[in-house]
Amino acid sequence: MSRAARRKVKWTAVDVLVLLYALIPVAWIASLSFKDPATITKGTFWPTKWTWSNYTGIFDNGDFVRGLVNSIGIGVISTLVAIVIGTMAAYAVARLAFPGKSMVLGISLLIAMFPQISLVTPLFQIERGLHLFNTWPGLILPYITFALPLTIYTLSTFFREIPWDLEKAAKMDGATPFQAFRMVIVPLAMPGVVTTAILAFILCWNDFLFSISLTSSSRARTAPATISFFTGSSQFEDPTGSIAAAAIVITIPIVVFVLFFQRRIVSGLTSGAVKG
Amino acid sequence: MSANAAGAAAAGGSRPGSGSAAGSGRGAGSGPEKALSEGRRSERRLGWWLCAPAALVMVLVTGWPIVYSVLLSLQRYDLRFPGRKAWIGFENYATVLSSSFWWEAFWVTLLVTVVSVAIELVLGMALALAMYRTLVGRGIVRTLVLIPYGIVTVAAAYGWKYAWTPGTGWLAGVLPAGSAPLTEHWPAIGIITLSEVWKTTPFMALLLMAGLALVPEDALKAASMDGAGPWQRFRLITLPLMKPAILAALLFRMLDAFRIFDNIYVLTNGADSTSSVSIIAYHNLISGLNLGIGSTMSVLIVVAVAVIAFVFVKLLGTSAPGRPAGRR
Amino acid sequence: MAEIVLDRVAKRYPDGTVAVHDLDLDIADGEFIILVGPSGCGKSTTLNMIAGLEDISEGELTIGGERMNEKAPRDRDIAMVFQSYALYPHMSVRENIAFPLKLAKVDKETTGKKVAEAAHILDIESLMDRKPIHLSGGQRQRVAMGRAIVREPKAFLMDEPLSNLDAKLRVQMRTMISRLQKRLGTTTVYVTHDQTEAMTLGDRIVLMRKGLVQQVGTPEELYEHPHNLFVAGFIGSPSMNFLPADICDDGLHNVLGVIPLSTRMRRALEAHHAPEHVILGIRPEAFGDARLIRESRPQGRDLTFTGHVDILESLGAEKFAYIDLEGVGAVQSEHLADAFQGHVADERHVQLVARLDPKSKAREGEDIELDYDPDAIHLFEPETGLNLTESV
Repeated sequence: MSRAARRKVKWTAVDVLVLLYALIPVAWIASLSFKDPATITKGTFWPTKWTWSNYTGIFDNGDFVRGLVNSIGIGVISTLVAIVIGTMAAYAVARLAFPGKSMVLGISLLIAMFPQISLVTPLFQIERGLHLFNTWPGLILPYITFALPLTIYTLSTFFREIPWDLEKAAKMDGATPFQAFRMVIVPLAMPGVVTTAILAFILCWNDFLFSISLTSSSRARTAPATISFFTGSSQFEDPTGSIAAAAIVITIPIVVFVLFFQRRIVSGLTSGAVKG
Repeated sequence: MSANAAGAAAAGGSRPGSGSAAGSGRGAGSGPEKALSEGRRSERRLGWWLCAPAALVMVLVTGWPIVYSVLLSLQRYDLRFPGRKAWIGFENYATVLSSSFWWEAFWVTLLVTVVSVAIELVLGMALALAMYRTLVGRGIVRTLVLIPYGIVTVAAAYGWKYAWTPGTGWLAGVLPAGSAPLTEHWPAIGIITLSEVWKTTPFMALLLMAGLALVPEDALKAASMDGAGPWQRFRLITLPLMKPAILAALLFRMLDAFRIFDNIYVLTNGADSTSSVSIIAYHNLISGLNLGIGSTMSVLIVVAVAVIAFVFVKLLGTSAPGRPAGRR
Repeated sequence: MAEIVLDRVAKRYPDGTVAVHDLDLDIADGEFIILVGPSGCGKSTTLNMIAGLEDISEGELTIGGERMNEKAPRDRDIAMVFQSYALYPHMSVRENIAFPLKLAKVDKETTGKKVAEAAHILDIESLMDRKPIHLSGGQRQRVAMGRAIVREPKAFLMDEPLSNLDAKLRVQMRTMISRLQKRLGTTTVYVTHDQTEAMTLGDRIVLMRKGLVQQVGTPEELYEHPHNLFVAGFIGSPSMNFLPADICDDGLHNVLGVIPLSTRMRRALEAHHAPEHVILGIRPEAFGDARLIRESRPQGRDLTFTGHVDILESLGAEKFAYIDLEGVGAVQSEHLADAFQGHVADERHVQLVARLDPKSKAREGEDIELDYDPDAIHLFEPETGLNLTESV
């Protein structure tokens, strides 16, 4: 075999390993979700008897559907708010000179590193006092807060990559500052905004701790937390299949997002984090 | 930063006021208020206005709770016995710090953090090199590797839980009959570490891959002409040049791993001495409804995180991750 | 079309640094003027102040007789071409060129006509639907020019528009810009750090250093009559040779020998309190191979000097001989250090550069007898850098 061919085989082997690493655990949950409840304890990797019943089951479950609605609603609202105010701050941080800029960045960094559990205890008590406990806003507020550092860092990197000369050129071409922003900066920053929005949404969607701590019923509880409250429909029924199906349902949209925007997400994830 | 910008202005004929030095360095050397032109003053105002909403939300949602948390930690405050609420100074701290449960959770957290981050570093580096250098299907590999990142932690944790559940799981099947790894201390900690590693290695790999991109191809070619083998090239050229990226990624992941909650909650819920500090703080709050003790733990966790960050930065001289780009 | 007048214009930053000192400049209608100088000389700041991208700290700027200091860039009716081209990456070539017209709310039909016209002038009609990313450097440059000319502004400002191009393309684009400017007759202010561009493009050159204008004049004036050491060193390639010289009764003592003082020199020295030490400047072009000159002109009126050829560069149309001078240190002067942008000659080792006719038989490693005209010698005051022979 030639050197090139050998190397190709070697890399193919490495790629297959990576593939197995990424896919086997996912395939396992998927397979579990298609298993018939009666055969679920057989311990085989693939189902011996395929069924959709786990999926129909969870969509008949009002709590889970409610959890999905909560997750989507709370996630979308938090993302939108974080993107809007984060974009403003990121633009200022990337483009303007003003005292206090490093403080904004410092606070963001502190929050990004802050252990969420340490906010849970006081927020639990404060939100009960403000009647925010077990409501959408009660989750949206901390989600925005933890999505903001990510938004500000990622977007300010994107803004910095837009050359200054373009804004100057727009001014010379007769644009007002707002026209320059709307016709030149916004279109160029759009890919960055979309990427950041996806990252922020994933962050909110993924949360578990706030959701189980700051809710007490399905009124505002998000899907991941709802799953952890799954019990079988009777005392003797095991919820494994339903949980697996629900896990797949909440995972699929994110995985599709991630795969679809792969390139952008990689640049977004690494831009804010690694250039230190 | 200001030194950079000033240097560029002096050497490059670029104009400090127009910010051709990417703007981020500006303002650092601005002079007295009265010397500011109208343009610069309005720039300041705009900057403040644009940052105000974000800063306000961040400070309101974290600032007051942090203060409140400290206040709660100084009180006897159990929601089950609200009548016994009282200021007790540092008694809660004494209680927590003399509790074997706390220290057990602390050491478990630290162990899981250190072990999982160490494995992630090695595995992530291998993965990063594979993604960066592979000749076959680079796009597919780079895409698929994001799957663990995309999966909701809780969902993945259930996958691992059932995989190791006797009877149900395919992995439990390879173990000797009668073993239930999730109910034994060390196997459970191993599984917790495994699921943590599986989920976050791709993220680590992405950070490291960005670091790999900073290593100039020419330096590697030159080393190879100088007679360095692949391992030597990696050790003598790639690693030193990647050091900042590695340290930043390590710090970032350490602080993140120290907060571990979702995986343990699903896998063992802290049974068999597998609690992390986040788990026992949660249980004290939600199950125990003991605000005083819960807050004390919250404060102690913040202190621990701060100490880790401080030690890391001091010992290894790393800069904080996520600093404004372009100042490599 | 308009003249641009800068009246004692200055740029001062809040931290106290002054980028441009009281600058007086009258740019005539239709003139092509070059701002040139080393990095940090204030040329770009000046351009940005004319553009309105930077505030003017002091003084007054008028364009077409109208005060512009407080006007926003868009109200000044001037177009600018950037070093980075600053093409909008999300717009096609057509949209890029049409952008200023769109902002000015010009109707669709007129816009189409004007864009087509600009594209025709710049020969980019085949590229109109491409995005900037799919263009070569030269093509991007043309699009940037197109965006500038399409709205027929009062003036063009160009900020090092050619410095991102490779050498060959730069020469092509230089002629294109020159032709275009003549054809349109629009007042143009062009910033560059490259003296060759300055010499070949401009009607007049403004040579700046540390925020101060050193000399304003036509390329010939700056080349032949430099006001000071800095101008003499900056203009011309290869640079003028500078040698220390002492003034004695019998003439100018220097490494080339003793040069008798001509009436011109004597008058210049007397006018400046007869200094004892001067810096002698002589361009490489002032030398000639003495052997060739004697063939054509046997009487040999000029002075000669014999030196050892260290390196001989043959460029086809001309030859450059680099002659090692023993026993003399390089002239140390901040004026020259600025002109050469830090590339100061070796202190212990000075080379004289002579431009020779291609027919010269000079060989590397051999001695050569050089002929030179004493009237081509400039004398500079070492401290101030003033050209004594030009300021009588």
